Amino acid sequence: MKPVFQPPVNLPLPLKMLLRDWRAGELRVLALALVIAVASITSVGFFADRVWQALTREANQLLGADVLLVSDHPFAADLREEIAKRGLARADGVSFVSMARAGDATQLAGVKAVSAGYPLRGKLRVAPRLNAEDAETGAIPPPGTAWLDERLSAALGVEVGQQIELGNARFTVGAVLTLEPDRGVSFFNIAPRLLMRVDDLAATGLIQTGSRAHYQLYVAGARAATEAYENWAKPKLGPGQRIESLGNARPEVRAGLDRAQQFLGLSAMLAVILAAVAIALSTRRYTQRHLDGYAVMRCFGAQQGRLFALFSWEFVLLGLAACALGCVLGYAGQAVIARWLTDFVASSLPQPGLYPVLQGFAAGLLLLLGFALPPLLQLKNVPAIRVIRREVGAPRQSALAGYALGLAALGALLVWQAGELKLGATVFAGFTAAFMLFWLASLGALRLFAALGRAGSVSWRYGLANLRRRSRANAVQIVALALGLTALLLLTFIRGDLLESWRTKLPQDAPNRFVVNIQPEQVQPLARFLAQNRVGAPATFPMVRARLTAINDRAVSAADYADERARRQIDREFNLSFMQTMPPGNQIAGGRWFSRDDLALGSVSVEVWIAERLGIKLGDRLSFAGGGASVTVPVTSLRKLDWDSMRPNFFFVTTPKALAGFPLSYMTTFRLPATDAMFTTRLTQAFPNLTVIDVGAVMRQINGVLDQVIRAVEFVFLFALVAGVLVLYAALLSTQDERVQEAALMRALGASRAQVAGAQRAEFLALGLVAGVLASAGTTAIGYVLAERVFQFPWQFNAAIWLAGPLAGLACVTLNAWLGGRAALNHPPMLALREAG
Amino acid sequence: MVKAAGLSKVVPNGAGQLAILHEIDLAVMAGEAVAIVGASGSGKSTLLGLLAGLDTPSAGSVHLDGVDLFALDEDGRAALRAKLLGFVFQSFQLLPALNALENVMLPLELAGTAGAGQLATAMLERVGLGERLRHYPKHLSGGEQQRVALARAFVMQPKLLLADEPTGNLDPATGAGIIDLMFALNAAAGTTLVLVTHDDAIARRCQRQIRLHGGRIVT
Repeated sequence: MKPVFQPPVNLPLPLKMLLRDWRAGELRVLALALVIAVASITSVGFFADRVWQALTREANQLLGADVLLVSDHPFAADLREEIAKRGLARADGVSFVSMARAGDATQLAGVKAVSAGYPLRGKLRVAPRLNAEDAETGAIPPPGTAWLDERLSAALGVEVGQQIELGNARFTVGAVLTLEPDRGVSFFNIAPRLLMRVDDLAATGLIQTGSRAHYQLYVAGARAATEAYENWAKPKLGPGQRIESLGNARPEVRAGLDRAQQFLGLSAMLAVILAAVAIALSTRRYTQRHLDGYAVMRCFGAQQGRLFALFSWEFVLLGLAACALGCVLGYAGQAVIARWLTDFVASSLPQPGLYPVLQGFAAGLLLLLGFALPPLLQLKNVPAIRVIRREVGAPRQSALAGYALGLAALGALLVWQAGELKLGATVFAGFTAAFMLFWLASLGALRLFAALGRAGSVSWRYGLANLRRRSRANAVQIVALALGLTALLLLTFIRGDLLESWRTKLPQDAPNRFVVNIQPEQVQPLARFLAQNRVGAPATFPMVRARLTAINDRAVSAADYADERARRQIDREFNLSFMQTMPPGNQIAGGRWFSRDDLALGSVSVEVWIAERLGIKLGDRLSFAGGGASVTVPVTSLRKLDWDSMRPNFFFVTTPKALAGFPLSYMTTFRLPATDAMFTTRLTQAFPNLTVIDVGAVMRQINGVLDQVIRAVEFVFLFALVAGVLVLYAALLSTQDERVQEAALMRALGASRAQVAGAQRAEFLALGLVAGVLASAGTTAIGYVLAERVFQFPWQFNAAIWLAGPLAGLACVTLNAWLGGRAALNHPPMLALREAG
Repeated sequence: MVKAAGLSKVVPNGAGQLAILHEIDLAVMAGEAVAIVGASGSGKSTLLGLLAGLDTPSAGSVHLDGVDLFALDEDGRAALRAKLLGFVFQSFQLLPALNALENVMLPLELAGTAGAGQLATAMLERVGLGERLRHYPKHLSGGEQQRVALARAFVMQPKLLLADEPTGNLDPATGAGIIDLMFALNAAAGTTLVLVTHDDAIARRCQRQIRLHGGRIVT
């Protein structure tokens, strides 16, 4: 006989019991289910932690630093020196506007002179020539070199390698600058960029005392140290100096991450639900198998309380071990996710906190307590007389009462995991409803099959009669099988649809250039120019620049808002647009789109995020002023924008007549032809007043993030997949003992192997078919809700699900029949009967 | 050692009541071996269950070692069992997840007895299973399983051993071996024995037989 593990004799009894049960294989499914639940919760928790940090970093990128000091005159030495003293990184910048020249061409450029190390957060991206693929760089322009963005290159008609003049100095164009992380969210109203070294500045002779320039001091380092520096520096700032705090992360990136969080949350919830089912099934089997042992121990004189404590401790120890392993797996999982997100998540991120570990342990123990405690309590009621009179079992309890605690625990966990009551409650209600429907449907189907089984061969009749005879156990098995199969069908069919619909929101041919400043009389000539060059421009939007001056006739200013982001927004001019029909990618979140009356009287539709920031509600009256005109209009709708789309998006859209008196320009977008690198140059030569903005680099970044996030989501789906398989396994195990005994009895009574196998086949066929059909129905319903309600894309009926469900159901039970059935048939009948007592 | 007075057990049976035991009075002296015999359904196992305090009577009392069993609550009876009783069952009742040694160690461990491993090993050697300590019940023959059960009962050095058809699941030759072993262990330990059986040959090995018929003592 092969040697088996023997627990050391001097361990505490619960630990010894745990090790013995583990060795006997009694607890594996339960432990694995717990590990999966905890691993999925913690990996998502760790990931969320990192995403939060990534978002902070994204915001920091917009500053290029953790702390940014801005001044209209050079900084005093002590402010600069203190940075090094505190062990923080520093970079300097000077920005000003000046005329750049190349031959006869001149263009007003936004010059930014920086020191080595800039930017301290985020990376510059440059391309070797116009319209070539860009890449990140950790460097700044070498001495005597300047990096120009596409607009400036086009306006001056220069390419990489050619010379430009700035003030008294000449510079070689070293690269095309495609992305400055700290350029900010607004693509508009910034002069084309020229980036150079701060030590080359003196040669230009442009910065003299009293020159109009802005000085930047970039500071980065550990959070505590940068905060300490910020607090130290604040009181030392003089007039014209300020500290820039975090801005808003780019909305399009935020939107992608929000959706990723949604996906991750849902897949983690799915894993938790499935793990809960597996835990419920495996504790049920565990307690059934321990009824005798419990009664024997009672005979030995073990008191109820002590036995309950022993078993409870055994489960707690198991739970703690499984939770610890789950946390380790979850941590490893998030490390994989973080690795996939390396382009996006800074490598210098601090380790995730301990909160997800606490969350994992709490969730694991809550699940275990919820689902294992009721059967353990039931064990407590096993009468000791069972050792003599076997027919005495545990007192029966209704299934609902038995699992009420488990369901309550699951509900609490889902709400906690979702982070909001509504989503968690919806998922929980959906699961409970599916559970009840599956239960009722399986009982009905079992009756139907039993009725069908009145004719046919002996095996067929016996097998189908079994369905009815064991209807409770069989219904449990069908429900569990159906839930497991639903998860697998969801993960194979619906997941692809969902992720694909998300990915295709940003088509490969999406526009990568925005054109602003188009004058009304240029709209037609520009359209012709684009058409002649075979460049399609999807749409042209009117644009009006105006300030929000009052809400409900009460004047607003930055001082009215505590929120820094609101203060910044209110200080700026907004780009308003007007239109009659709602632009694509917009969705009404409150109120209604412009009616005929609105169009006549004037009204405004506001984007929900800015409405929340500025405290704007439906029905409020907003006053705008700009270019000598003003207007007051009521808010008749709130809109959600599709930030993934890279379409021009507007916070405020009015009815056309409302902005009639305002100075008007237009904007459009186009996709730069891949083969025509100089198109932008020709365009700006033909229409010198136009500003063409390259959003390609940002788009590539977003696409990259999207791909990485989708991989992360698919990774977490794996947990749910494993949990689904586990449920199937636990479901199949749940009636195995009984089947083995029954097969032995049948054979002892003279049934042939073929007859026994036939009876089991008939029973399994019915079980698999019912479970498969239920799973198809469940998958279709959930897919519909997810598509139409959660992720907003058109739902399509998928006939393949209705084929795959029953087939998968049959495959499962066939496999089980083959494995379990073989066990039943190969188990010597005498042994099986003896084990049954 | 054991004293039962007016012991009755009535269970609901459909609309009416079914009396399984009628006013049983019996006494077993310390060190005595008593067989309870009778046909199937005569109430033997029910009586044994009541004597052990595994079940509660409809009327009457049981005193074990002078303690009124049913004046105690369930946990009190369990504590008394732990102190006084050993059991051997017809269906062996070994825990399938535990090997032979662990099955024998279990009552010692539950009682918190030190040196459970050595005591259990020694006991298994006495019943001739010293070579099969690590075998699981499913790898042991019926006779071997019952030996493990005997070792488990005697390792606690009970004052009273209750045996419920200990050979009921065994062939006659193996059964005879088990009975020999049980009486030998009993004699060596001076344990009081109450044995339920329907086998008159086994019953005759006891000093006294109590015959049940229809829930009443007939001899």
